[in-house]
Amino acid sequence: MFSRDNWDEILEALSANWFRTLLTAFGVLWGIFILVILLAAGKGLENGVKQGFGGMATNSMFMWTQVTSKPYKGLPKGRRYNFKIDDVAALKTEVPNLRFVSPRNQLGGFGGGNNVVRGLNTGAFNVYGDYPEIIQQEPMDITSGRFLNYSDINDKRKVAIIGEGVRTTLYEPGEEVLGSYLKINGVNFMVVGTYKKKGNNGNAEENQKQIYVPFTAFSQAFNQGNDVGWMAITAQDGSSITELKGEIIDVIKSRHSIHPEDDRAVGNFDLFEEYNKINGLFIALKGVAYFVGILVLLSGIIGISNIMLIVVKERTNEIGVRRALGATPWAIRGQILMESIFLTIISGMAGIVLATGVIAVVNQILSGMDTSEMMFLNPSVNLGVVMVALAILVISGLLAGLIPAQNAIKIKPVDALRTE
Amino acid sequence: MIEIKDLHKSYKTGSNSLHVLKGINFNVAEGELVSIMGSSGSGKSTLLNILGMLDEADSGTYTLDNVPIKNLNEKIAARYRNKFLGFIFQSFNLINYKTALDNVALPLYYQGMKRKERLERAMAYLDKVGLTAWAQHHPNELSGGQKQRVAIARALASDPKVLLADEPTGALDTKTSYEVMDLIQKINEEGRTILIVTHEHDIAEMTKRIVNLKDGVIIDDKKVDQVKAMQYV
Repeated sequence: MFSRDNWDEILEALSANWFRTLLTAFGVLWGIFILVILLAAGKGLENGVKQGFGGMATNSMFMWTQVTSKPYKGLPKGRRYNFKIDDVAALKTEVPNLRFVSPRNQLGGFGGGNNVVRGLNTGAFNVYGDYPEIIQQEPMDITSGRFLNYSDINDKRKVAIIGEGVRTTLYEPGEEVLGSYLKINGVNFMVVGTYKKKGNNGNAEENQKQIYVPFTAFSQAFNQGNDVGWMAITAQDGSSITELKGEIIDVIKSRHSIHPEDDRAVGNFDLFEEYNKINGLFIALKGVAYFVGILVLLSGIIGISNIMLIVVKERTNEIGVRRALGATPWAIRGQILMESIFLTIISGMAGIVLATGVIAVVNQILSGMDTSEMMFLNPSVNLGVVMVALAILVISGLLAGLIPAQNAIKIKPVDALRTE
Repeated sequence: MIEIKDLHKSYKTGSNSLHVLKGINFNVAEGELVSIMGSSGSGKSTLLNILGMLDEADSGTYTLDNVPIKNLNEKIAARYRNKFLGFIFQSFNLINYKTALDNVALPLYYQGMKRKERLERAMAYLDKVGLTAWAQHHPNELSGGQKQRVAIARALASDPKVLLADEPTGALDTKTSYEVMDLIQKINEEGRTILIVTHEHDIAEMTKRIVNLKDGVIIDDKKVDQVKAMQYV
């Protein structure tokens, strides 16, 4: 099938009219070029937007307390309540398929006053009381030392992990951070680690100015008792937090004597839902790219089919001669098909190479810029897409050659020979 | 070698049916050099096409080298053509974008012969027709006589039982015609069976037997004293 003779035959036939072959090939080249560029641009946009999630566990929700809006069981509306540490254990046992339920407490916040002191330096930072799991829900790179662990929780150790932003504010450059003490709201915590966060939801700077301390130590040091400020809940892979959300809120409602139809008492933000909306957008975008790309490719393929028809017509006499010399119908058909597929694949490959070249140049330019606010990052196509494109090419080459090949053997050898 | 009994063939053109061959009976022994003559429309090309398995008869039998030729599908017909027959055409029918050598090697390609062996054999046949020096030339660089000699080499390449020539000298001037006929006579003297369709008397005189066709029947079939083409060259 792929002997040298076959290639010789194909190359001879195609090079018999170089200019026409090139023009025909251009149609397919252009089609596949557009397809790859569109897919890469879509991917670039997707990468850029998803960069904003900073690698957060997207199958997550956040939940906080609000004011009740309905009276229930003799309790008035407008009542304030707090999540309790027992709620966490209750959620874990009563709601299946939850991966993490992280209770969190917080000091400081937007516009908060100075709450952290080190020697002569002071700063206003968010201070979180957290469990060790939080690092899997809100990924961060530990740049030195370590993150929280369960010994910290159990022993209520007053240790802190600080962001790189905190470090630049409170420390001299090059100063040893680990083992030093910070005074947070008048309580001393020992720094055991530093972190750096990815992600850029418009507050990349702010994300580095946080301090993590053990949840239990936080509660004790800052008199939170058993109160839990808010929770970050992540579902297991394979189940969606959006589906579990109702169940979670029902558990909370029943534990805090909230009217079952009170929609305002439990505030929540469903990251997964937001993420899915964006994901859906990109799936749609990809669909459009394939649709447009394949349609453009189709016109190129029709071009090839057209040319092959003309080629067959022109070579009617030659085909007659070949058949007189003993070419079987399949030998003729095979040759026309091979020519068509070969032409399609070669021009398609050229298109893919050209498109990847353009993408490489764009990447080169982008890499010289700060892309964190650009919503466009690393446009690329993966090998899978290239494989799909190649499969499309082979199939379309086959389709393009089918009718001409059938035409080539439809005419009887004797008639073919008479044609001049 | 060739046995034909009661061969009929008609062509349909629209509503008309044209009865071209009206019962041909005809035998050719091995080693014969036969010319089929007749004016245009006498059915001589049709007969040759049927002999060449390029066309099929409506009725009658055709046996080639003791193989009955009937109910051929295209695949078998192609194999028989390749194995049994060599074609020489009036307009040469060489493939323009192939060299003389590749043209000669083409029937061997369809036999599935290995490239090296194929080219060696093709070269031997080109040598036989005196065109070794032209092996790498394309047909448009050759004269008419040279083209026909390449075509003859190609027809011989697959070592067929019978050579079928359709007006082999029709596109050539007299001198070149005689050169080609000289070559054909020499090939015949090596024992190969050759059939020539022609309407030129001087060409027919150079064969060993003349079959005259008129309106689809054989009116005359006689052995003649062969005129050697050599003497005119």
